Formats: sequence, C-alpha cells, structure tokens
Amino acid sequence: MEAQLRKVAPDQELLKFYDQMFISREFEERCAEQYTKGHITGFLHLYSGQEAVAVGATAGLHRDDYILSAYREHAQAIVRGAEPRRVMAELFGKATGLCKGKGGSMHLFAPDLNFMGGYAIVGGQFPISVGLAFAARYRGEDRVAACFFGDGAVNQGTFHESLNWAQLWQLPVLFICENNFYGIGTEVHRSSALASIHKRTCGYDIPSEKVDGMDVIAVYRAVKYAAEKVRETGRPYFIEATTFRFRGHSMADPGKYRSAAENDMWKARDPLPNYANRLIVEGIATRAALDDIEARCRTTVDEAVTFAEESPWPEDREIWEDIYV
Amino acid sequence: MSEMTYRDALNLALKEEMRHDPSVVVLGEDVALYEGAFKVTRGLLSEFGEERVKDTPISENTIIGVSVGAAMGGLRPVAELMTVNFALLAMDQIVNHMAKIRSMFGGQTCLPMTIRMPGGGGSQLGAQHSQSLETYFMHCPGMYVLYPATPADAKGLLKSAIRNNNPVIFLEHELLYNSKGEVPDDPEFLVPIGKADVKRAGEQVTIVAYARMTILALQVADELASSGISCEVVDLRSLTPLDDETILTSVRKTGRAVVVEECWRTCGLGAEIASRIHEQCFDILKAPVKRVSGLDVPMPYSRKIEKLCIPQVETITQAVMDVMSDNY
Ligand SMILES: Cc1ncc(C[n+]2csc(CCOP(=O)(O)OP(=O)(O)O)c2C)c(N)n1
Ligand SMILES: [Mg+2]
Repeated sequence: MEAQLRKVAPDQELLKFYDQMFISREFEERCAEQYTKGHITGFLHLYSGQEAVAVGATAGLHRDDYILSAYREHAQAIVRGAEPRRVMAELFGKATGLCKGKGGSMHLFAPDLNFMGGYAIVGGQFPISVGLAFAARYRGEDRVAACFFGDGAVNQGTFHESLNWAQLWQLPVLFICENNFYGIGTEVHRSSALASIHKRTCGYDIPSEKVDGMDVIAVYRAVKYAAEKVRETGRPYFIEATTFRFRGHSMADPGKYRSAAENDMWKARDPLPNYANRLIVEGIATRAALDDIEARCRTTVDEAVTFAEESPWPEDREIWEDIYV
Repeated sequence: MSEMTYRDALNLALKEEMRHDPSVVVLGEDVALYEGAFKVTRGLLSEFGEERVKDTPISENTIIGVSVGAAMGGLRPVAELMTVNFALLAMDQIVNHMAKIRSMFGGQTCLPMTIRMPGGGGSQLGAQHSQSLETYFMHCPGMYVLYPATPADAKGLLKSAIRNNNPVIFLEHELLYNSKGEVPDDPEFLVPIGKADVKRAGEQVTIVAYARMTILALQVADELASSGISCEVVDLRSLTPLDDETILTSVRKTGRAVVVEECWRTCGLGAEIASRIHEQCFDILKAPVKRVSGLDVPMPYSRKIEKLCIPQVETITQAVMDVMSDNY
C-alpha cells in the first residue's frame, strides 16, 4: 500500500519534489532542443524518466552529505542547488558555466553545494566517494558520501574494490545504483551474471535494498532510512533504484534495442504525471497549483537558455589556467 | 648535516611532515604493520597510529581513487604503490581522475596528494617488476613527477611534494635505498619542485640524468676527469616540470650534451630533452645530442643480459667519448 503523502513529509516538501522533478525534466528536454540547434555539442546524456531517483534521494540526504555521480548528472546537480542557468552555460561551453566551460555536460562540480562531481569514466566515482567518506570521518565531520552510478558500472573493478574498502574501513558511503536496465545498448542480464544488482553486496556484507525508482516517495523514504543507518553505524549501505531512461543513452543513440511495448510499459510509470495525480488525489495540490509550478520551471529554464546564449566564451588564455595550483 | 641512507631520508621526511601537519595520512599495501615492502614507512604506525597510517587492500586503482577523494575532502594523503609497475593498474585514477579533476572542474578544487612509487631495474626481478615508467607520467599534464638521486634530495623533495597542493608522482629508485649521503638536519629543509641541480660543474660535455642514472653519470664524470675530459652533470630531480633553464644554460656553456635515461628509448624523456636542446641551442652545439637509454625490450631476468638493457658506466662513458670526438 502506498503511504499517505502527508505522513511522509510536509506539504511544502511534497510540492518541492514535484517542482524539482519538473524542472529536471524541463531542463533535459530543453537541452535536447539546444543540442539539435547545435548550441550544445559533445556527448549529452539526458535523465528524463529517472527524476524520482535524484529528487527522492537528494531529499533523503543532509545538505552536508557529499553527492557524486556519473555523466548523466544534470538533475543531481540542479536538485542539489546548482543554478540551472550556470549548468546550461556549462553545457554551452561558456565562461559563466559551473566549471567555466571546461567540464561540459559530463563534468559538473559544485563544491559549495557538496556536489563533488560528475565523472565520465564508468566506475571512476566509486573510490573517490570512499576517499571523501574517509576524509569526513578523519576530520570528525558528520557527512555521508552518496555515490550514484548505473547498472553498467557494477561490473567495474572499482565497484568491488570500493565496496570491500568501504566496509573494511567502516566508512559512511551510501551507494545508490540507478538501475535503468541498460548500459548503452546492453541489457543488465546480458552484462551481469547476477542481474539482481542489490544482491551483489552480500560478498561484502553490506546491507542493501531495492526500491521503485519511479516513485519519488519510495526513493525518498529508502534513502532517508539508509542515510540514517549509515550515520548511525558509520558503515556503508546500498540501494538499487529501478528506473528507466525515456531517451536513448545519449543524443547519438536512437535506442533501437528497446521494444515499443517495453517503452510503453515504462512510460505508463512516468514519475511526473503519476506523482502529480497523487498530489491532487490526496488533496495536497490543485491542478492549477501544479500548473503554476510548471510555468515557473519553464520560465527558469527559458532564462537559463537565454543566459547561456548571451554569456561570453572563455578567453583563450583560460587554456593554461586551473591546471596547477 | 647527518649521514643517512636514501631510505632513512625518505622515512624522516614522512615523519617530519606527519608531525608538521595532522592532515597528512599514509596509506598503501603493507605500509603499516609490515612497515612497507622497502621499509620506507618503518616506525610510522607506532608513532602515528592506525588512523593515520593505513594498510589497504591490494586494490591499486582504488588506493589512488581513495587518495583523490581524501585530498578533495581536506586531507593530504601520501599513497605508496608497492612498485611503479603496479601503477599501471591505477592509471585510470591517476590519468583520468587525479590529473584531470582540478582543470575539468574549472579550478574549483585541488588535490594535495603524493603517490610514492619505488621503481627501476637491475635486481633480476624479470620483465614485470623492473620497469622505468617515468615518461608515462611525464606525458600527462596535471601532475608533477619527481625522482631524486641522493638522500638529501630524497628528503627535501618528498617534503616539498607533501606540502604542495598539486598531485605529485614521487618515484624512488629501488637500487638507491641503501645509498648514503649527507642530509641537512633542518626540518624546514625543502628542495624546490621544478629545479634541476648541477651536481658537478664541468666545461666540455653536459650529462643530463636523473635518479640512479645521476649516480652513474657522476662516476663517469669522475673517471673521465682523470683523462682530461670535463663533464658537467645536471641532475633533473623534477621530471615535470622540466627545468629547461638549468639544462640549456649548461649546454650553452659546454656545447655538447648526453642524456641518460633508464626508461625505454622510444618516446623516452631523452628524446624530449634532446629535442628541446636542439630547438634552443642548435646554433651553438658542437655535436648532436646523444642518448643513452634503456633498451626497447621487456627486461630479461638473467643478470648477464639484464645489465645490457640498462645504461651502465661503460655505455655512458662511450657516449661522452662519442660527442667529444671530431668525427661524430
Ligand atoms: C571505463 C569506461 N568504459 C566505457 C565507457 C563508455 N560508456 C559510457 S556510458 C556506458 C554505459 C554505462 O551504463 P550504466 O552504468 O548503466 O549508466 P547509464 O548510462 O545507464 O546511466 C559506457 C559503456 C566509459 N565511459 N568508461
Ligand atoms: Mg544503465
């Protein structure tokens, strides 16, 4: 049975979830448009469909907790608090971008928000998360390192090395697998001997849980519980959130390997309209109130695009800056 | 000044820096309880305890990744990779992460971390344990690469590396651990990063070398002095950044250069340095720059043939004689 929303969080928080999911979706769809226009270049991996994971999980963490992710990380950065216009400017390669236009879509970073990076080497963020958790514990800081990654990343050596290490050193790492069932065009059961990913932690005696990643409330509750467990025990915890990306792996991928039936099945579970309905049915918001939220999100993203368009390119001399201290 | 071994100088540098700064932590395979495969971390666990001196699993890539994260999170980690050969398992974290993070994140963070790696050949350890991979690291921007030849430089450079806010690859030559030399006692004695050192002044030929090759070059210079050939020995110490200034100043004085490298010849640092000399000093060179290099082969085990693969006093001497001869 679904929990009644009001038992889970105050109305304001519940509406914020919708707001954050909506802006994430809107941001990504506008990115696709700007890519088609040639304003965004390079690799562009969109998050549409997976919003409930970033939003629910971020809400379940403390602001001091670190977040690390892979290359499909626009939403994670924005939900954590990065300004959409500075993220968009980064994607445009402009000097006003989050990383001065040196990172691009796959390498967002905002240390003031404890958003410690998007990494484009599959599995690269695992050990870095463990190291951040080690530093936090060493310095006596109350922080969890939340490490997001895909189903494809669990077959990297760093996954196993880092799970072992986090448990061995008893470090506060929360591993969050976003299982969207595909690594590019390869379905999980064609890459993982044990396709039920959360079960893979038993070799390291790390408690794990599987959660419906299309349900923002389910993700929120699972991550909140898990983060509390990590804080309480000082040990790692593992969450597998099952989800789906509505678009191809990147803008270059038409996604031919998934059937219409499969796509339709997941589209019916789209976290946005489903959550909107719940908010209305449970009397937390009217359709008009949600329309307002949506309009505001659209305006913010419009402004982000304008800001990115109007921002200056990096100066040539920037090439030599920021490499060494 | 105190006389001590290269190993003890490194050990002292670690201890002094750990006393100096509580954010310095040491981690690696067998560095704590076992005190290091080469005993460079002797006495660290007993003085600084388990929170600061940490044995790790045999997970090289993760040793570096954890160090990257720890550095980003406010610590000053000193990781030991048991030998440089195993750094190849960590090249993803070294090259794709450590060396990139500051730049690709727009300068918003820095990684004050050091990776110590013993390396070099000459102990009949076979092809997988005898490599000199310095140019692998030099090739990649975003980190410094240091390789001391003497105990004093070992101490002063390691201290500078640990205090530096950039990632540093710190190479140590396995055959130098027992070598002895005078080391300043001052705990503030630091050797600057990016400065080569003229270890012996001379007039006719510049020998550019580093690490164990410097020791051989000094021996060659000594021996040739008695036959009236005056060699200047430039010890690089820092491979990244390379100290062009000191190299070129010396070559402008002598007009001749021999570069000695333990690494493989193809795309080796000798090629890089020879090229820089040719570009900057072509008009005053009395002879083309000559390289003495490790042979381009996987290292054989047998000591009879292993030594043919590594520069020796004889081969360096021959190279100096070559650049001195009129018909070279
Ligand atoms: C080490 C490495 N190998 C291969 C790639 C190419 N690559 C990029 S994304 C990807 C699939 C990863 O899938 P998953 O972890 O499930 O994440 P998702 O894209 O589904 O979010 C691959 C193979 C890479 N970036 N890094
Ligand atoms: Mg996937």
